[in-house]
Amino acid sequence: MALTVTMPQLGESVTEGTLSQWLKQPGEPVDRYEAIAEVVTDKVNAEIPSPSAGRMGEHMVEEGAVVAVGQPICTIESADGGNGTAQPEARVEEPAAAQGAQGAQGAQGTQGAIDTGAGAPPSQRAGAAAPGSAPPPPEATPPAPPREPAAPAPAAAAPAPPAPAPPAPAAPSPGDGTHLTPAVRMLAREHGVDLSQISGSGVGGRITKKDVLEYVQRRESGAAPAPTTAAPAPPATKPSAAAPAPIEVLTEDRLVPLSGARRAIAEHMVRSRHTSPHAWVMVEVDMTRVARVRAAQRESFRARTGADLTFLPFVAQAVVAALRRHPTLNASFGDDGIVLRHDVNLGIATALEDNLIVPVIHQADRLSLSGLAVALRDLTDRARAGRLRIDELQGGTFTLNNAGALGTVLSQAIINQPQAAICVMDAIVKRPIVLEGDAIAVRSMMNLSLSFDHRINDGLGAARFLRTVKELLEGIDEAAIAL
Amino acid sequence: MPVKSYIEAIREGMRDEMRRDERVIVMGEDVGVKGGVFKATDGLFTEFGEMRVIDTPLAESAIVGVAIGAAINGLRPIAEIQFQDFIMPAVDQIVSEAAKIRYRSNGDFGVPMVVRAPYGGGVHGALYHSQSMEAMFCHIPGLKVVVPSTPYDAKGLLRSAIRDPDPVLYFEHKRAYRLIKGEVPEEEFTVPLGRAATVREGDDIAIFSYGLMTRFCVEAADAIAADGFDCAVVDLRTLRPLDLEAIVGAARRCGKVLVVQEANLAVSVASEVAAIVAEECFEYLDAPVMRLGGPEIPAVPFSPPLEEFYMLNPAKIETRLRELAAY
Amino acid sequence: MAVAKTSRAPETGLDADAMRAMYRHMVRARVLDERLWVLNRQGRAPFVISCQGHEAAQVGIAMALRPGYDWVAPYYRDLAVTLVLGMTPLDHLLATLARAGDPNSGSRQMPAHYGCRRLNIITGGSAVATQVLHACGAALAAKVRGEDAVALTALGEGSTSEGDFHEGLNFAAVHSLPLICVVENNGFAISVPWAKQSHTKDAADRAKGYGMPGVVVDGGDPIACYAAARDAVERARRGKGPTLIEAKVARLTPHSSDDDDRLYKRREVLADEKAHDCLLRFRTALEERSVLAPGDAEEIRAEAMREVDKALDEAEAAPLPAPESALLNVYAED
Repeated sequence: MALTVTMPQLGESVTEGTLSQWLKQPGEPVDRYEAIAEVVTDKVNAEIPSPSAGRMGEHMVEEGAVVAVGQPICTIESADGGNGTAQPEARVEEPAAAQGAQGAQGAQGTQGAIDTGAGAPPSQRAGAAAPGSAPPPPEATPPAPPREPAAPAPAAAAPAPPAPAPPAPAAPSPGDGTHLTPAVRMLAREHGVDLSQISGSGVGGRITKKDVLEYVQRRESGAAPAPTTAAPAPPATKPSAAAPAPIEVLTEDRLVPLSGARRAIAEHMVRSRHTSPHAWVMVEVDMTRVARVRAAQRESFRARTGADLTFLPFVAQAVVAALRRHPTLNASFGDDGIVLRHDVNLGIATALEDNLIVPVIHQADRLSLSGLAVALRDLTDRARAGRLRIDELQGGTFTLNNAGALGTVLSQAIINQPQAAICVMDAIVKRPIVLEGDAIAVRSMMNLSLSFDHRINDGLGAARFLRTVKELLEGIDEAAIAL
Repeated sequence: MPVKSYIEAIREGMRDEMRRDERVIVMGEDVGVKGGVFKATDGLFTEFGEMRVIDTPLAESAIVGVAIGAAINGLRPIAEIQFQDFIMPAVDQIVSEAAKIRYRSNGDFGVPMVVRAPYGGGVHGALYHSQSMEAMFCHIPGLKVVVPSTPYDAKGLLRSAIRDPDPVLYFEHKRAYRLIKGEVPEEEFTVPLGRAATVREGDDIAIFSYGLMTRFCVEAADAIAADGFDCAVVDLRTLRPLDLEAIVGAARRCGKVLVVQEANLAVSVASEVAAIVAEECFEYLDAPVMRLGGPEIPAVPFSPPLEEFYMLNPAKIETRLRELAAY
Repeated sequence: MAVAKTSRAPETGLDADAMRAMYRHMVRARVLDERLWVLNRQGRAPFVISCQGHEAAQVGIAMALRPGYDWVAPYYRDLAVTLVLGMTPLDHLLATLARAGDPNSGSRQMPAHYGCRRLNIITGGSAVATQVLHACGAALAAKVRGEDAVALTALGEGSTSEGDFHEGLNFAAVHSLPLICVVENNGFAISVPWAKQSHTKDAADRAKGYGMPGVVVDGGDPIACYAAARDAVERARRGKGPTLIEAKVARLTPHSSDDDDRLYKRREVLADEKAHDCLLRFRTALEERSVLAPGDAEEIRAEAMREVDKALDEAEAAPLPAPESALLNVYAED
């Protein structure tokens, strides 16, 4: 068995040496630890001992040669069957504590079950690299939606960083007052605040955290106008023009300044289109049976609630039931994966004169048809009166748009971020259709369409969802419904 | 509840621990017969005798080195360095030895020793009796560094430090000795190391400080409260390890942060706290993180106008606070 | 300057068995030390610092102590001291090969940084002479508790220039601590000779300056060293205070594996030292007095070789420390 002897490192920082003399020639017997060569380095001169007993094998280096540390210099024919190299590799001890994920691997080291600090309380000694070194947040982080994507937004996308504090304790200057601190941005997001509505009391007109909190307080007590966007609210829009290319305003044109609402809608729609690759499918739904139920129940519903029974609750109920069966339509696209929402919080797109809001029925799947009808009525009434609460504008997981109320027969809606899809019910129109057996009948037909985020669902999933809604509506049990 | 001065609380902390645990000894220059140049150990020699209250030669390295050896062999020594300014000859023993003994023996040996030293200015002590050198020790893994600001904390922290199995540097502000008084219970109590204390509640600005400066910060906070700014004042108490939970919690809640210390500003405890806030609380910040500390001159020149130039006071802190509040 | 002669053995109370044990410790130390150099020359031990030439002084002095009862703060050359106290070749090879199970430091320190709680060997760092104060402290604690344990510290003559050495002797003398301070004077602090280290003839001269006894012994005569140490230990146990013992020894190797002493030490001096190698001297003396029979010395050496071979095999098979273990034991709660 031949062992290879390499040039040892003689002295720290030594990288090479000169093999000045061979003390054993090939074939000569060699004892273990007997000197086989003399080596000269700039720090020390030394003799190299043999790693094993046997015979000198082949000289791989000549006398006088400069040899790098680690370079093979000769072989020894070992008498006692050693392994291939003169320096066996040492193994590394198993980590002392079994990390939770490793399960039954257990600890081999002498330390036993010592915690390596993975669960240690925040402390300097854990070091920056150790797991668990980040302190636990004393309060929950804000219920932020998935991070906004880096949209190819206008150039003024990021707020200018605040001026760094100079070494001498001088007051930092926030510039022209338009920059927003992280705290302000976070609060605006949380509360659905349009920062253009707020005047800043900070240095240079900066909007401070206090300014935002006071604004929210005033708004909640009813003094402020209705919230401008659906939850989750987009960040504050920029005071400067958002469009990259300036639009020419001719003398007889009229410039209508953007209201906060319009600005927010514009921002959201652009962002939605840039975030989600929109795809679109449509089915035709025979609403004849639903129409009969509605007709039968309309009077008693009005007598009980004082309100008109529309087609909306029926479609809402079918949509909600379908969402339970097709959870990927009740979802969001997150950084780490698709988040399937537990609750079905149905948003109802509601058109106001100069605004579009989406009040939300939380946990809509728990409501009966009657409950849904009442909730829908109540929400839309208060929406029109501007009397919705903040939580009623937040937390939606799916949106239904009753476009048909306005008369359209086919609409293509834009997804309400960060949801997976938006469903549109268009107008119900009596049309001749062909039935089984090729008979022609006049039926109340409604186009039901779905704009969906193609990252989350493919056409297959979208189509199945719509088919479920269609089947639920077309198969409605007229006898069982009692409102 | 009885009211004690800061130095009385320290003295009683040592006395009570020495009564409770016969392994506790005190050693240093003048600590025995004289009772300490500030009287911090007054009465201990009479009560515990010369075997437990030891007047050492004038040799700081020996004071700490011998204490290390005694701690290794089962005692709980309190080594007193007469002025923090004179701790320098002992730095090798503190940093090369005490801090590393547990680590270098892989847990075989530990050094349950306390090194006490008075620090800080405002007493006409000039350059070598006024320095605040605690930051250099906060940099060393294996050490703990404690600075109380009230008599209650002084006693409670000292007792915890004495009971701690690792070396603790306990720095007492010499101006606070007789200046600061407060309630201290007679019965046994300790204050844990590694925990800060909120000494003033508020949500607008979080002020972090320690030592003599803590009470100045409270005074400054009270002064601006009339203008509608409500400041929280958090007394760090332990400088290593810092109470990260308290720091992050207050900073996130308030959004505006000021760190105040008497020591020179560059590369200091305030620098570390500010870095932690910037890293862990960025999303919550409503203003740049600000620090306030001593100017970049040795602490503290002798002549009164020079000393006043160096030392912080409530008015200087209030000025900086107002800047931050207005931001 | 009294130099004890080996024929005084009976007065020291050492019988033949004890003297054989003494010789055996010296051989064990020498064999282990030689093997460490071999490992270094093979490139397997990055750093070696040797005790060759010091064995007689270290063994003689250490045998005057009660292992595990008295306290010892050694320095990097005290390999033989540690073996007498109860450390093993395996302990030292684990450290040399940087294995996890190294009892000295878990291979957190370089080799020759001795420490063992079980044997009251106080862990040492690399800053020289700091251990003198630690030994003072251990002695102080024994005194405070009213025990008769003593503390021994050892250092090279170069380290006697450090402040901690002087502060330690002063403190120990003033407070009459049960301390034995051993200066192993081999004439060179790396390359700096004694004449450039001190303006005194002997390191022991310093003792007078601190008001404590200083003794010079022939460091090549283990029995003389034993006698001096035993006297000092007994004084200390009786509460009579510290002693400084200076043992004149020879350094048969360069300072460490990173040193080449041909630049500053004349070859004739080294040759002379090797000719008077304390192992050879003691063996001759014991054979002359029939404490060692013919063939005993060879057998003792062969047995020591077997002990080291076995330990090396075991050390080579031992694992290296896990990387994350670097975080442990900064504080007690880790």
